[in-house]
Amino acid sequence: MGWIRITEAFSAARSRGEGALVAYLMGGDPDPGASPTYIAALAEGGADVIEIGIPFSDPVADGPTIQAAGVRALRAGTTPETVLRIAAAVKRDAGVPLVLMGYYNPIIRFGEEAFCAAAAECGVDGLIVPDLPPEEAAPLEEAAGRHGLGLVFLVTPETRGDRARDIAAHTRGFLYLVSRYGTTGERRGLPPDIMGLIGRIRGATDLPLAVGFGISRPEHVRAVLACGADGAVVGSRLVREVGVGSPPEALRRLMRELKAATRR
Amino acid sequence: MRLSEYPKGGKYGPFGGRYVPEILIPALEELEEAYLALRDDPDFRAQLTRYLREYAGRPTPLYFARNLTRYAGGAKIYLKREDLLHGGAHKLNNALGQALLAKRMGKRRLIAETGAGQHGTATAIAGAVVGLEVEIYMGALDAERQRMNLFRMELLGAKVNLVDSGTKTLKDAINEALRDWATNVRDTHYLIGSVVGPHPYPMMVRDFQSVIGREIRDQVLAAEGRLPDLLVACVGGGSNAMGTFYPFADEEQVGLLGAEGGGEGERHAASLARGTVGVLHGMRTYLLQDEWGQIAETYSIAPGLDYPAVGPEHALYRELGRAEYVAVTDAEALSAFRLLARLEGIIPALESAHAVHAAIQRAREMPRDAVVVVTLSGRGDKDLDLVLRASGEGPREGW
Repeated sequence: MGWIRITEAFSAARSRGEGALVAYLMGGDPDPGASPTYIAALAEGGADVIEIGIPFSDPVADGPTIQAAGVRALRAGTTPETVLRIAAAVKRDAGVPLVLMGYYNPIIRFGEEAFCAAAAECGVDGLIVPDLPPEEAAPLEEAAGRHGLGLVFLVTPETRGDRARDIAAHTRGFLYLVSRYGTTGERRGLPPDIMGLIGRIRGATDLPLAVGFGISRPEHVRAVLACGADGAVVGSRLVREVGVGSPPEALRRLMRELKAATRR
Repeated sequence: MRLSEYPKGGKYGPFGGRYVPEILIPALEELEEAYLALRDDPDFRAQLTRYLREYAGRPTPLYFARNLTRYAGGAKIYLKREDLLHGGAHKLNNALGQALLAKRMGKRRLIAETGAGQHGTATAIAGAVVGLEVEIYMGALDAERQRMNLFRMELLGAKVNLVDSGTKTLKDAINEALRDWATNVRDTHYLIGSVVGPHPYPMMVRDFQSVIGREIRDQVLAAEGRLPDLLVACVGGGSNAMGTFYPFADEEQVGLLGAEGGGEGERHAASLARGTVGVLHGMRTYLLQDEWGQIAETYSIAPGLDYPAVGPEHALYRELGRAEYVAVTDAEALSAFRLLARLEGIIPALESAHAVHAAIQRAREMPRDAVVVVTLSGRGDKDLDLVLRASGEGPREGW
């Protein structure tokens, strides 16, 4: 069962006295050939869970940095099949739990059942579909369940307690807490009410809780863990390095700094 | 279930729904609740009716196009003159409705996408008169095609943001507006301009635009003593068409015909006539997409039709065979544009010219006592540059 590997990664981190670091890169960025090396660098730098993005033409939940990564990947010919191949290669070499993050339409087009079957085959453990709220998710949830994939849903500052509990009930692996209003992207500071938010959602679920959107610096990671989160998701900060042409080694270094901030 | 009873649970059969990031779900629930409460509120209805009548110029005329009818040589053709509405298009029906709703919900700011610039203009107008701050998202490519509309929106006090991502057209403007809404959802209302997007938008926009079809019913009954045989409207997102069709949805004897942007054949925007089912902008509907589910680049000479999806209620009407949808090419629309100008002294929007073409074709095959109503969704002043360029000639030659 794939999603259990995600949950186990969180508890393994906890037993080491650490928070989990969830690291994101866009699959196929800057191109399908170089992409696996960059993603492997996340694992080498200490990622506990890796998220691989599937590029989409219309990524409404993403800010400029990840939008640009999607454009690079698509221009380089990346398809969902390419991302699955990249995932398989990463899994073979790194063995870290893998979550694919992609918008719903390419998954529908692939076929929910076919996509989940192929993803499980490639060693993927979970899926995040940011434009698919639980009330619309039944077809994908069933297909994911059949193949042991965890569907990770998001909760936000707008999510009330009862809804947060419903969402958590549909979620396998970890619950993704969106830290702020808006899209993905680096921000200087954390929202002022982050502690209350984490506390509120913490009370609604026993699932591992990871905070993302705007988490880009070691001090952000340290702060959300101190507020009671089990993990932190870093995306745009890492994607930016690929965008400016930094070598994989730069990602490894950056990851080590971020990972060090998870140690309590 | 009668067709007019949709949506059910936010769905139109298998279409519609609410496929959006979680951050927007509470706002959509709040909007639905507020709208359903106000929809039947006599005070709100009276306020909207007053604005529509005294400010926007409703009812718009239903004009019997004698010359066009003679030219087609078949059914009687009537034109529903939404081009005479304030702002030059049907868009204001919806913009006023939503602006008044947003005001009552305590929002201080409106955001909207625009393709042709008509919805952006209508939103800027509604924001100005109702007293709300307005910010418009417009694809950079569309802005280039519609410079005057950009200037007009700014004159009306709106801030216009040019969108440089993706194809730089309407769909990207919607993406950017959705991102803005996710960021500012607490004090901002997203005033969607067509029967698209997540529930409750397709329902709400349809309801606000249905004033078109309700007036057509009264006006045709007065003129002909019976219901029309065929209603024709252009379909981009599909709001003027749904506003025209919906009040007749349960009367099967009234035919419904939608004209989509057929572009240049290979390159087109005919989501219903040639698309496949998928999810975009919060709804399950017909889309133009590639084999991997990436949204395709669309093309139509009419910026308002240049959209890769379509309202989910149209998707249901297509699926059930209740309405028929045809692709009208740029060349056909351009010739209908010129024809209407010469025969009737009316310059239609390029979008509406698609409907005029489809209506002429269909009227031709119908008996002389049959009645066809075409909704002229907007006026064509905004398109003179485009038509001039498309003709590849100077204004003094070849006209």
